[in-house]
Amino acid sequence: MIPFLLILVPLIGGLISFLLKEDRAAKSWSLLIALITLAISLSGIYFFNNADALTLDWPWMPALGTSFNLHMDGMSSMLTLLTAIGLPVIFVAIYKNNYAKPGNFYAGMLLTQAGMMGVFVAADALVFYFFWELALIPAYFLASNWGGEKRVAATFKFFVYTFVGSLLMLIGIFYLYFQTPGNHSFSIDAFYHLHLKTSQQYFFFWLFFIAFAIKMPIFPFHTWQPDAYEQASTGVTMLLSALMVKMGVYATIRWLVPVFPQATNYFSMLIIILSVIGMLYTSLIAIRQDDVKRVIAYSSIAHIGLMCAAIFAQKQAGWNGVMVQMFNHGIVVLGLWIVADAIEQQIGTRKLSEMGGMAQKAPELALLFVIMALANVALPLTNSFIGEFLMFNGLFQYNIVIAIFALITIILTAVYTLNTVQKIFYGELVSTTNNAIDAGLNVRLILWVLVIVIFFFGIYPEPMIHLTNDTVNALLAK
Amino acid sequence: MNAIIFSVIGGVVMMFTGIITQQKKAIRNVAIIALIILLLANIFDTYGILSIHIGTHGMLNFQKFGLYFNTLAYAATLLFILISGADVTQIGEGKHAAEFFALIFFSLSGIAIITSYNSLLLLFLGIEIMSIPLYILTGGDKRNLKSNEASLKYFLMGSFSTGILLMGIALMYGAHGGFEISAMKPSAVSNEYGILDPLGLVLVFIAIAFKVSAAPFHFWTPDVYDGSPSVFTSFMATIIKAAGFIAFIRLFDNKYVELGLSWRIILPLVIIATLLVGNITAIFQQSVKRMMAYSSIAQAGFMLFAVFAENDMAKEGILIYTVAYSVATIGIFAVLEKMEDISLAGYNGLAKKHPLLAATNTIFLLSLTGIPLTAGFFAKYYMLLSVIKYGGSTVTWLVIVAVIFAAISAYYYFRVIQAMYFKTGNPEVRSYNKGFCFMLVILAAITILIGIFPTIILNWFYF
Repeated sequence: MIPFLLILVPLIGGLISFLLKEDRAAKSWSLLIALITLAISLSGIYFFNNADALTLDWPWMPALGTSFNLHMDGMSSMLTLLTAIGLPVIFVAIYKNNYAKPGNFYAGMLLTQAGMMGVFVAADALVFYFFWELALIPAYFLASNWGGEKRVAATFKFFVYTFVGSLLMLIGIFYLYFQTPGNHSFSIDAFYHLHLKTSQQYFFFWLFFIAFAIKMPIFPFHTWQPDAYEQASTGVTMLLSALMVKMGVYATIRWLVPVFPQATNYFSMLIIILSVIGMLYTSLIAIRQDDVKRVIAYSSIAHIGLMCAAIFAQKQAGWNGVMVQMFNHGIVVLGLWIVADAIEQQIGTRKLSEMGGMAQKAPELALLFVIMALANVALPLTNSFIGEFLMFNGLFQYNIVIAIFALITIILTAVYTLNTVQKIFYGELVSTTNNAIDAGLNVRLILWVLVIVIFFFGIYPEPMIHLTNDTVNALLAK
Repeated sequence: MNAIIFSVIGGVVMMFTGIITQQKKAIRNVAIIALIILLLANIFDTYGILSIHIGTHGMLNFQKFGLYFNTLAYAATLLFILISGADVTQIGEGKHAAEFFALIFFSLSGIAIITSYNSLLLLFLGIEIMSIPLYILTGGDKRNLKSNEASLKYFLMGSFSTGILLMGIALMYGAHGGFEISAMKPSAVSNEYGILDPLGLVLVFIAIAFKVSAAPFHFWTPDVYDGSPSVFTSFMATIIKAAGFIAFIRLFDNKYVELGLSWRIILPLVIIATLLVGNITAIFQQSVKRMMAYSSIAQAGFMLFAVFAENDMAKEGILIYTVAYSVATIGIFAVLEKMEDISLAGYNGLAKKHPLLAATNTIFLLSLTGIPLTAGFFAKYYMLLSVIKYGGSTVTWLVIVAVIFAAISAYYYFRVIQAMYFKTGNPEVRSYNKGFCFMLVILAAITILIGIFPTIILNWFYF
């Protein structure tokens, strides 16, 4: 029942939100729904963590071998928790921003959440595909309707990329469906027990991987991402970069590696090299960017690239690291976007060249951003450290040369992150930042909450590893 | 038999209604009642209740599949008249409302013959009975030059394809010595006449491909669909086109197995050509109506997969495709009918002024794109699944080409959504009433309902 509620509550809440015309009503309603979802998610981890509550299997189209089958294991719990935390954080952070037609905006956010929840809990390939596409539609409307001048074109590029990918995946799903024995089935267990020929694996592996690689995104499928992140309004960008990219990482772990084990082994070197090239390439680009949002966007590609590389290295430590990092990357990126948005709302620009000296005017925001930045660099004591450490560990076990190349990105990350901090907060005051003040109470409050999370999991990552360890063992054994 | 009889009676009744009254509302209501009676009569016939039997000497063969398709086609026509009936009565200075409805009924009786034919002669009759009323409907707006041109073009091209059809039938008769398709066994044809059978079949194929506007026999479609009054375009592009596919499926039902390899190559080429022409040309259209004409060619490409796969799943798929595609297209044309400016720019900013029109139109467009949770997804789903079931990994390339075109179709469908939601403008919309809004919501609800439970349609089929 828990996974169903996680989809149903934001879905109903979102549909009701369409009817809300008033700004305050829409904001408080959506925040309420997001908090209820968070409560359900936490209760699924701490109170109702038995198989009955976490599994649901309703008949849907029995003749076609598909059922509305939802199941939550550790990894699903962790990602639904991240999604459930993400939405209230975003809502509090953008509480003071004004959007035209607020009811529709918050409805779109909640519907996207419902779609993502569905992706994370689906245990049937057709249900999975359903939610995979459904999360995209409200996100498309959100990013097209609110944001920068070129948003419509940028978002459409994003949509077309993802749509092509998911259609290719659909073919793959159909094909696997006909490979299942007996009356054919779409269930994940049937897919796990397939005995595919090597040549089949080599081909259909790519149909799935391209869909996931576009979503993550992995070099060279990443070109939609910086434009889409830059042009969407920041609330939507947070949703896309902190939460939605995890769909790709999750799907790779859940639907790709266990289903195509031989193909994964065969292509792992190629994909790891692509990932590492992407990490280096995007980190170098990030150094040259002048727009805060683009810096964070490219930084996000680099971090996801590392996760992808660690997945395909297929080592226990690396997978543990991916699990931990999926959660922690979401938290850190949320923090970075919130600061970026707070700055833009105040001084009306995102250009680094037009900023400077804000620490004198907004000391608290400066402190918070420095902590976020250090977490982005994965300094020890911050939550990213343990995840990155484990992932590099996995990569080292796989191939030491590649690991060394990947390690260079740590330095590059430090360069562009600290450079950004320096350009915004230190140096001389300029005309734009002359009248800057500290961010609003809601922004500071939510950033402190994130800082607490960052340090908590930085010092004591055990709960996160414990939660997902069973999944790692089960999936790696396949 | 019920469907044929009642649809003809319906047509005759409508003609006399035009003599008795000139009141548009009354005429429309009579049409709706007659259509409901026809629908019920056909449903009863499907389950063998109150069905009328007339000896046809095996020329007609009533099977559940055909009868069930009638039900779907008549239900779609009912939705069409409920939502666009008022617009039908306005066409051609509003003097010929009853005649238009009569012609629609005659066309429906042609569909009833096509879905149940066993003799090739009846296929010919069915196609003609279905088409001739359409030539007149296309020219319904008789003071409009474009409408006249479309009508003439359709008639000339249609006659041409009829000639080809007759030639094909004649050749097949020569090879088999009879018209009954159930008795045709390609293996029984003596070598002397060996070439006649496949040649005849190809000619029949071309004629029907013309009716469903498959490339390269699609050239009439854009002009005719664009020129004829929008309401009739809506009728032609949905219900009539779907009936053409039933003709295909019945024709190949027992011939297909022995057709051999060449057929396996020709048909995919036709499919790809149709998808290519429809999708690529649709991208460049500025008029939404013309875009929908090309989109209907593209959708026909997808429906041809059912002819290619020719298994049970394909038959189920064509039923779902018919409903999904008809409902969405009827809805889009109903909205289009209310727009003063039917170019893309005319839709700019529709969401601000008429949110309901824009929202329902979006659902229909998403359905045509094939997004999950709409009927269109399951329509494409069944088509692709049936092809993979038929060919396994040997047809993967065909399926990949198809989904790439499906992705391209997102481009032009989403341009309408972008115009409605993300562009500013001042769209001029003709007045519409509550009933129209209600019907739009019903159509959208059907689209979403089938998008969640497609088996609703199929369960009746197996009942």
